[in-house]
Amino acid sequence: MKKAVQINVNGTTRETEVEPRLLLVHYLRDVLGLTGTHVGCETSLCGACTVTVDGQAVKSCTMFAVQADGSNITTIEGLAHDGELHPVQEGFWERHGLQCGYCTPGMIMAAAQLLERNHAPTREEIRHGLEGNLCRCTGYQHIVEAVEYASKAVNREP
Amino acid sequence: MARYVGQRVKRTEDPRLIKGLAHYVDDIRLPDTLHVAFVRSIYAHARINGVDAGEALKAPGVVAIFTGKDVSEKIGPVPCASALPELKVPDHRVLATDKVYFVGHPIAAVVAADAYAARDAAELLMIDYEELPAVVNAEEAAQGGAVIHEQFGSNVAYKLTAGEGDIVAALASADRRIKQRIINQRLAPVAMEPRGVLARYLPGEQELTVWSSTQIPHLLRTQLALMIGIPENKLRVITPEVGGGFGSKLNVYAEEALLGWISMQLGRPAKWIETRRENMQATIHGRGQVGEIEIGCKADGTVTGLRYNVVADLGAYHQLLTPAIPTLTGLMLSGAYKIPAIQINVTGVFTNKMATDAYRGAGRPEATYVVERAIDLVAAELGLDPVAVRRRNFPAPEEFPFKTATGLFYDSGNYEGALAKALENAGYERLREEQRAAREQGRIVGIGVSTYVEICALGPSQAMPAGGWESATVRIEPTGTVTVLTGASPHGQGQETSFAQLAADELGVDMGDVTVVHGDTAIVQYGIGTFGSRATAVGGTAVFVAIEKLKEKASKIAAHMLGTDAVNVVFAEGVFSIKETKKAAAAAGDGKAADADSDEVPEPVVPVGEGPAGALPEPETEGRKKVSIQEVALAAHLARELPPDTEPGLSATYFFEPKNFTFPFGTHIAVVEIDRETGEVKFQRYVAVDDCGRVINPMLVDGQVQGGIVQSIGQALYEEVVYDEQGQLITGTLMDYAVPRAKMIPWFELDRTETPTDVNPLGVKGVGEAGTIGATPAIVNAVVDALSPFGVRHIDMPIRPEAVWRIINSSDE
Ligand code: FES
Ligand code: FES
Repeated sequence: MKKAVQINVNGTTRETEVEPRLLLVHYLRDVLGLTGTHVGCETSLCGACTVTVDGQAVKSCTMFAVQADGSNITTIEGLAHDGELHPVQEGFWERHGLQCGYCTPGMIMAAAQLLERNHAPTREEIRHGLEGNLCRCTGYQHIVEAVEYASKAVNREP
Repeated sequence: MARYVGQRVKRTEDPRLIKGLAHYVDDIRLPDTLHVAFVRSIYAHARINGVDAGEALKAPGVVAIFTGKDVSEKIGPVPCASALPELKVPDHRVLATDKVYFVGHPIAAVVAADAYAARDAAELLMIDYEELPAVVNAEEAAQGGAVIHEQFGSNVAYKLTAGEGDIVAALASADRRIKQRIINQRLAPVAMEPRGVLARYLPGEQELTVWSSTQIPHLLRTQLALMIGIPENKLRVITPEVGGGFGSKLNVYAEEALLGWISMQLGRPAKWIETRRENMQATIHGRGQVGEIEIGCKADGTVTGLRYNVVADLGAYHQLLTPAIPTLTGLMLSGAYKIPAIQINVTGVFTNKMATDAYRGAGRPEATYVVERAIDLVAAELGLDPVAVRRRNFPAPEEFPFKTATGLFYDSGNYEGALAKALENAGYERLREEQRAAREQGRIVGIGVSTYVEICALGPSQAMPAGGWESATVRIEPTGTVTVLTGASPHGQGQETSFAQLAADELGVDMGDVTVVHGDTAIVQYGIGTFGSRATAVGGTAVFVAIEKLKEKASKIAAHMLGTDAVNVVFAEGVFSIKETKKAAAAAGDGKAADADSDEVPEPVVPVGEGPAGALPEPETEGRKKVSIQEVALAAHLARELPPDTEPGLSATYFFEPKNFTFPFGTHIAVVEIDRETGEVKFQRYVAVDDCGRVINPMLVDGQVQGGIVQSIGQALYEEVVYDEQGQLITGTLMDYAVPRAKMIPWFELDRTETPTDVNPLGVKGVGEAGTIGATPAIVNAVVDALSPFGVRHIDMPIRPEAVWRIINSSDE
């Protein structure tokens, strides 16, 4: 018994019929083909699947697509604007905030949300804000530096 | 001239990754793909009396179900590449047939139209189990009791003794002998991307392509060809983006062969993406050693001998390198010290658990932990500073190459240099004073030092199960861009960048003109892969030597273009020019022409619409003294005017065989404070000085070290794979298995020394595992140091707050 949903993803609204049990992350990946959002656990423990739903960072494996009906979603693919990287993306590149890159989209989405709430977080606040996102490669230090870089870039902006 | 090498160059792989546009296995979409879910054993040890797939087959979307009976005659066994004397090797079929041996052991593959349908149907399979006693504790399993593989009569897979020197005499001659039971607990590698396989068979072409999240595409191709029975040249393995490996993808897994075979049976692409629970159950684990050390020393701290008796918990089956891992432990038992007699006695034991195998460090973290704990035990026994005991036993820089009692030759080292720098960076003397002051205030503060040495750049082929060399092809395309094909298989280490840095400098081109290609057996010449901190030291060297070969050929062509001999031509910054000697000047024509020739090299000739469409005009070389390497490349491809007996094209391949391992080293210092109320260990400082030889990209090296240290912190404080007495996996999710999070990690103060090696012309040693090897003992030594006023000499990992709290609260200091 499929259900019609209307979801705006990265600025485009789509109407789709989905199974009620379809996870939001699978909707994004399998229905829309937006494979930048990753799955690392399916149990809301790793953060690889983080996207924003109506401006809130959400682990998209913990939500059904039908629950996102009528909402606005941004995924990693929608973060850059007009070919310009988001400051957090830039920070990750500048400061080597990624190695294998698997945690990266979720980490970047979580960090972008963190900076929206707190323009100039301390290192402790960054670590705290990213607690829901696991990275097995980097050891986090370069991620912290990447977010610091982004926060400085955001604060420089007019 | 180094324009890029040595610089903190931003990674070329990053743009696709930070935009979410990269492709991991699960991101590859082929039309008509079937999805596979595995039914896995819920028992650690059981007889299977029957499998009833009737209901499951009727479930919506189900296309096929395969059980052990269907495939065990068709697909060869999962391979084990290590050959130890009298090793017992159980027949490891891709699906269980009459018995299951560990929780997660695959029993059946359910194939359906989508992943949800496959998982639903898998629930419907009825399996008639008859539970058998589970063998969980490796030490007990070695003694007797239930036997896992009955044909062997016991659970002992092998016994091995190694080492040199008269250990009995060495220990007898010691002033003090110290024994300590020591455990390297089982760990799970937990790459953030679980394993995944996509297979597509094209019946017309009779070609099978397998996309797999692996560290070893070529070795996997060879093994899969043998398992499935398809000619190796009809099998293509592609490793797309790989989301971390840490050794867990340095393997050949049942699922990889099954997916290929299933696609061949059904004539449609088939995909399986591991769930995290499967990853915890059925991807290799690491470590799993329980042992006892005995170390002898003189009153001044000089070590006379070290013995390590160890039981290695191998799990139920041998994966690719399972039995070999403890042998690496044996090799590294000399650590950074002159120890005249060393002996390791290994008992490898089957248990009803997932196999252990290579997890970041693979046997060497275990050794380093043993040695570095042992040195601290000596210091505690003699009341000496642990730094002083280390210094007393270091070989001096002039003693290299240094032969150990484990049969290795350490290439180069300056252990005192790295130690001194780390002590200075940490302010060791001041730290000790602060510690004294803190103790007087009742605080529990500890300082831990580890002076590790590791074995990298694996390795000479003599010492490796399937080749220890690495390959590279470097070519300059007609339009002047450079393609590097490496046999290594980077998956986060950043060699798309570091190899491009190297190639750009050596060829004098822009980095942006270099592309590094890897991980596709149809495109790249045979290679070994990425593991054992080898990709740059061995694979980078292959790139370097291939470029040397290529330049040699290019210089002959350039000389021909310039109307002189190759001996008169020099190459610098991308340009071949005639050497400014009288003879060369004469050979190049009269002095006037030479003067007229400006220093500027003309832009490479860009093909324009002259002559037939797309025809490339020959570079104009009349009377010139310089040609760029791009012009040479074009001339080499046009091949209209090449020196006699010159092959057209400009490409070179090199397979580099290293003559030895490399032995990077360093000093790690951890400063911890323990919370009296909770027993929690908190870092105050973390200082590391690593020496990995020459550095191509310091930013990447820092990243490797930091990531490694965090995995060490995981082992020291948080992580442990736990099976209960029935062999049930207790730590089956990321809720129960504590991978360190950002908040648990201190700020790392990193530094380096650079001691060259002559094992390879780059002077590069490798750094992928340094952090995981050096850090664990530094942290444990720090905690033990903190707890020493409570009479503590040793504490087992992971150091849980509860254990620490009990120590604090059950003693009266
Ligand atoms: S996949 Fe959603 S949190 Fe791990
Ligand atoms: S970069 Fe690999 S998991 Fe974070």
